[in-house]
Amino acid sequence: MPFFCGHHLMDALLSSLSFVTLYGLSYGVVLFTISIGLVVTMGLMRVINMAHGAFAALGGYVAVSLMNAYSVPFAIAVPVAVIAVALFGVVIERLFYAHIYTASELDQVLLTVGLAYVAVAGLNLAFGPNVFPGQLPRLLTANVDIGIRTFQVYRLFLIAVGLLLVLVLWYVFDRTSFGARLRAAVDNRTMAQAIGIDVPKLFSLVFSVGCGLAALGGAIGYAILPLEPLYPFKYLVLVLIVVSLTGFGNIKPSVWVAIFVGVIDTACRLLFPSAGAFIIYAILIGLIIHKHAGFLSRRSSS
Amino acid sequence: MTARSELLERHSYNPIEALYWLLLIGTFFAFPNYLSIATTVVIMALFALSLDLVLGFAGIVTLGHAAYFGIGAYTAALLASGGWREPIIDAVLAGLASAGLALMIGPALLLLDGLPLIMVTMAVSAILFEAANKASWLTGGDDGLRDFSFLPVFGLFPWSVYGQTSYLYALGWLALLFVLVRRVVSSPFGVALQGIRENRARMRLIGSPVIGHLVRAYTLSAFMAGIAGAVHAQTNKFVSLEVLGIDTSVDVVVMLVLGGIGRLYGALIGAPIYILVKHFAAEWNPYHWMFIIGALLIVAVRFGYGGLLGILGRIEAWFARARGTRKP
Repeated sequence: MPFFCGHHLMDALLSSLSFVTLYGLSYGVVLFTISIGLVVTMGLMRVINMAHGAFAALGGYVAVSLMNAYSVPFAIAVPVAVIAVALFGVVIERLFYAHIYTASELDQVLLTVGLAYVAVAGLNLAFGPNVFPGQLPRLLTANVDIGIRTFQVYRLFLIAVGLLLVLVLWYVFDRTSFGARLRAAVDNRTMAQAIGIDVPKLFSLVFSVGCGLAALGGAIGYAILPLEPLYPFKYLVLVLIVVSLTGFGNIKPSVWVAIFVGVIDTACRLLFPSAGAFIIYAILIGLIIHKHAGFLSRRSSS
Repeated sequence: MTARSELLERHSYNPIEALYWLLLIGTFFAFPNYLSIATTVVIMALFALSLDLVLGFAGIVTLGHAAYFGIGAYTAALLASGGWREPIIDAVLAGLASAGLALMIGPALLLLDGLPLIMVTMAVSAILFEAANKASWLTGGDDGLRDFSFLPVFGLFPWSVYGQTSYLYALGWLALLFVLVRRVVSSPFGVALQGIRENRARMRLIGSPVIGHLVRAYTLSAFMAGIAGAVHAQTNKFVSLEVLGIDTSVDVVVMLVLGGIGRLYGALIGAPIYILVKHFAAEWNPYHWMFIIGALLIVAVRFGYGGLLGILGRIEAWFARARGTRKP
């Protein structure tokens, strides 16, 4: 009998461990997809963008409403939403962000918080104040047995998207001329401009890519992060934490940071439900202070 | 005027200020039915003034100042429930509780600047919010705290139903702490803070104890925010989780920005504008209100450097120029 109990315990432990890993990973992937856009734009433009979550929300809303209203399949709705939001991002960049690149941090925070407020009001006006329900395609809601326990295909799909995204981003940043120009502009904007890189054009392009990535996160993640008018603010703190832990313009660590945040948050909610979300905040405050005392001054002196 | 005295006298008294205070006193007689919203205006002006000290004068960008307002409000309410019902000492103790937290986390927090600082201030207030939410045995959780009351102010003025005592009590705190802030920003310490705001590295090079100065300013600001929170609890006889919310932190920043940052009267002018507009727009629809606040922020950053006071200053300068060109 004791052996039997031990066996059960082992099973339960493995089961919850794999739950935390897989759910944490997939949650981390969504966070990573949304925050990588912000890491790139903030790294290049040095703009504190509090409205980034609004682009993710917009991506989710566009994808889900395409699926709900016009029964567009998931596989088409998501790319269409990403492209639409990326184009919209260029317009917003030219209208608002282009004017605050050299402004103070406070002005950047204020203007982008203002944009996020307008987005919240707009989403409420267009889609109503409640959670906007979206169905996942049947293929993704199916369960699959991976030996230890069964999981929704959706979770595995998210992890696959995350892996693919990491590969694509690595290739673009490390192996293409666009990536090289981008890294040059992040490291030393003045010098990059001096050797003939059109930095303002690069800014628009990168901002658009950042918005598109946010939209991708919102569009594939709506079953984890439900769409509602306050979405732009609800997940902003988590995304900004990922960005400030990663540092401006460091693409590689952001994968690990986002996944770390996702796994820790899932584990804490599972293991200590009464402690709620604040264990993750406490850990992250400690890490940020440990990592950053003086970090920005070093970057901005270059 | 020497450079030194010019720096110290930048915020000296101006006769036109009397008008502002006369307006506040006049409100007491002219709008007896609106004293409850007028009290809110005065409390938020005090809260915004505390923020001005760190954001406007020391350049500490924080999106978590509601932490100190909330601690003050809860401390005041809990002390009263526990039996300490004398309002003035109660408010001072509440301010000290807030200052205590600021003094504890300030030395680590103020090593940061830019985005990490904004993030950590936000996260600290998010933690306090979660903690207050979970500790419902102490804070009443979602329901908030009520069923506490205070003795008459100075033992003479009971808390009236129509809020006359509340208004004058809040106004008294605002006037007192305004004089204090004005003295602080006009002192060599205040000038050092403004130096840190303009150029931290240079201040460190000339031997100024940068972190020490910032911690002192931050603690004083938390003390004032705590008193504002306490007055909020005392005059409303109710405290809810809202006092710790991120919205409260953002609201107070917006008030200060609308009025004008780093100008002393910015806080005192931004608060009434913001609260009156909010009061009338929110009756309409809370989400439409977010549209208005968002648009105001965008306009304030794009076109209105220095808020309303900055705009007035530019109009004044323009008139002065126009006169100057006509004269010769």
